[in-house]
Amino acid sequence: MTIAVQTAPRAPAPPLPRKHTTIRRAQRSATWLLLTPFLVLFVVAFVLPLCYAVIESFFTEKKSGLGIGGERVFAGLANYATAILDTDLLEGVGRVLLFGVVQVPLMLLVALALALAVDALKGVLPKIVRLTAFLPYAVPGVIAAILWAFLYLRGTSPFVAILARLGVDADFLSNDVVLWSIANIVTWTWTGYNMLVIYSALTGIPRDLYEAAALDGAGAWRVARSIKVPLVAPALVLTTFFSIVGTVQLYAEPTVLRSYSSAITAGFTPNMAVQDVAFGLNNYGVAAAMAVLLALGTFALSFGFLRVANRVTAGRAAV
Amino acid sequence: MPRFTSRLLLRAVLLVGVAYFLIPVWWLITASTKSSSELFSSAPLWFGENFSLFANIAAVLTRQDGLFLRWMLNSVIYAGGGAVGATLLSAAAGYVFAKFEFRGRNALFGAILASILLPASLLVMPLYLLFSSLGMINTMWAVIIPSLVSPFGVFLSRITAQESVPDELLDAARIDGAGEIRIFNTIGLPIMVPALLTVFLFSFVGVWNNFFLPMVTLNDAKLWPAMLGLYFWGNQPSELNYQFVITGSLLSIIPLAIAFIGLQRYWRVDLTAGAVKL
Repeated sequence: MTIAVQTAPRAPAPPLPRKHTTIRRAQRSATWLLLTPFLVLFVVAFVLPLCYAVIESFFTEKKSGLGIGGERVFAGLANYATAILDTDLLEGVGRVLLFGVVQVPLMLLVALALALAVDALKGVLPKIVRLTAFLPYAVPGVIAAILWAFLYLRGTSPFVAILARLGVDADFLSNDVVLWSIANIVTWTWTGYNMLVIYSALTGIPRDLYEAAALDGAGAWRVARSIKVPLVAPALVLTTFFSIVGTVQLYAEPTVLRSYSSAITAGFTPNMAVQDVAFGLNNYGVAAAMAVLLALGTFALSFGFLRVANRVTAGRAAV
Repeated sequence: MPRFTSRLLLRAVLLVGVAYFLIPVWWLITASTKSSSELFSSAPLWFGENFSLFANIAAVLTRQDGLFLRWMLNSVIYAGGGAVGATLLSAAAGYVFAKFEFRGRNALFGAILASILLPASLLVMPLYLLFSSLGMINTMWAVIIPSLVSPFGVFLSRITAQESVPDELLDAARIDGAGEIRIFNTIGLPIMVPALLTVFLFSFVGVWNNFFLPMVTLNDAKLWPAMLGLYFWGNQPSELNYQFVITGSLLSIIPLAIAFIGLQRYWRVDLTAGAVKL
C-alpha cells in the first residue's frame, strides 16, 4: 500500500556529463509532444467554454419589437443582479447546502463505521461487504434514481407497504421528504465507494502501532479512536472534498425523480436552475451569470473546507 | 465492553450495510421477473406467480425496432472510446508533470485540477454552442470529444508516475541514447499500466454515467446512450411503461456490474487516498 508513504524530497539528479544540453532540449520537445494532445482537448472542453460563459454573462439580448431575434448588447452586471435575485437559484442553493450539511457527514460517518468494522473483523462477512459495497457504485446515477423511484412509489414500494401495515402513511416523494429521498439515493450510491477509500487507508497503517497500543493496555475501541481515525483523516478529507463537489453538482438524481414526483421543480438544484433558465427561458446571459456564480461558490466552499481541514489536522499533529 | 459483544455489534453493523447495498438490486431482480400487473399485485421483494423475465427482456429488446440494443452499443462506444483515449492522454500528461521540469508547470497543473470544480451547467451550454457552430451537434463526437479529457486522470497519472517510475531508470536510458518519447513508450508507460487500469475504470464509469451532456447535444434517439434512453422511457410514467424501464435498467447494469466485480482487484482506490499527500 502506498498511501501513508510520503515521498521524501528527492535530491536533484546529478548533472549528466556532456550530453546534458542535448538531453535538456530533447526533454523540452518531448514535454510538449506528450502534453499537447491533452492540452488541446482541455482547451476545447474546459477553457473555451469557461471563457465563453464568462463573456456571455456580461451580455444580454435586447428583444426587438416582435420578440423575434434581437441585438446583443453589453449589460454590465445586470445579469448578475438578476441571477442573485432569482428565487429558483436561491432556493436551489439553500436546498443543496442543507442537503450537504446533513447528507455528507452522515454518509461519511456510516462509511467510516463500516470501514472500521471491516478492518477489525476476520472471516467471510468483511469480504462480502467489500464486494457488495462496490455494487451501488457500478449502478449509474440515472439507474439508481429510477430504481429508488420505484422503491418510493406507492404501489411498487416495499417500504410504503410495510409502513402502511404499521399504520404509517408514508410518502417518500412529497414536498417535505423528497430532498431526503434524494439524499438516500446519493448515500446509497457513494457510501460503499467511500468506505473502500477509507478502508484502503486503514490497511496502510503499520501493524506495530497496534501492538504498541496493546502493550500500553489500549482496548480495541481506544485504538480505533486514537490511532485509526486520526490516521485515516487524509482519506476523510478527500472523500469530504469530493462529496462537497458532488453535492453542488447534484443533477441526475433529481432530474430523473422529477418524472415521479411533482414536488421537484424545474429549478430544484442550482445546476437544474441554470439549465432551466438557459434552455427553458432562453435567457443565456442570465444562465451564464448564474453558472459563473455557482462555480465561484464551489471554489469558495471546497477550498474553504480544505483550508479548515488542513488547519485541524495540522493542529492535531502538533499536539 | 466485553470483546464478544462488541464483535457481535460490529457484525450487526456489517449485516445492515450489506442489506442496504443489496436490497434495491434484489428488488430490481425480482421486479424484472414480473408482468406489469404483477408488479403491483404481488409481494414487492419476492418473485411473482409467473416468471416473466424472458418475456420482459424480449419486450425491451424489440421495443421501437430494437432501439435499446442500439443504446447499449452507443454507451459502449462512448464509454469505451472515451475512456481509452482519456487514459492515454492522461498517462502522457501525468508523466510529463511528474518527470519534466518546465516553466509554469505548477500553475498549469493547478488549473487542470481546479477544472474538476467547474459545474457541468457552466460547461454544457457553451459546448452545445461550440459543437453546433462546428456542425457536430447530433454526432457521436459531441459526446466523445469532451469525454477524452479527464483532469482527475491526469492527477492520478502524475501520482503514479511519481511513485512508481524511478528517475534512475530514465537517466540510464538517456545515457544509453534513447529518445524521450521512446523512454516514455517503453519504460514509463509499461510501469504505469496497472495504475492506468484504475484511471480507465474511473473514466469509463464517468462517461457511462454521463447524462447531462448527451441530453443537451443529442436529439436523435438513435445516438443516445443507454442512460439517456432509459431516462426518456421513465419520463413517461404510465404504469404500462414501468416494466420496460425496470427490465431495461437491469439489463443496462449487468455488463457493468460483472466487469466491476471482475476487475475489482485492479481497482486501486488507495491511489485516490494517496492523492491527499501531494
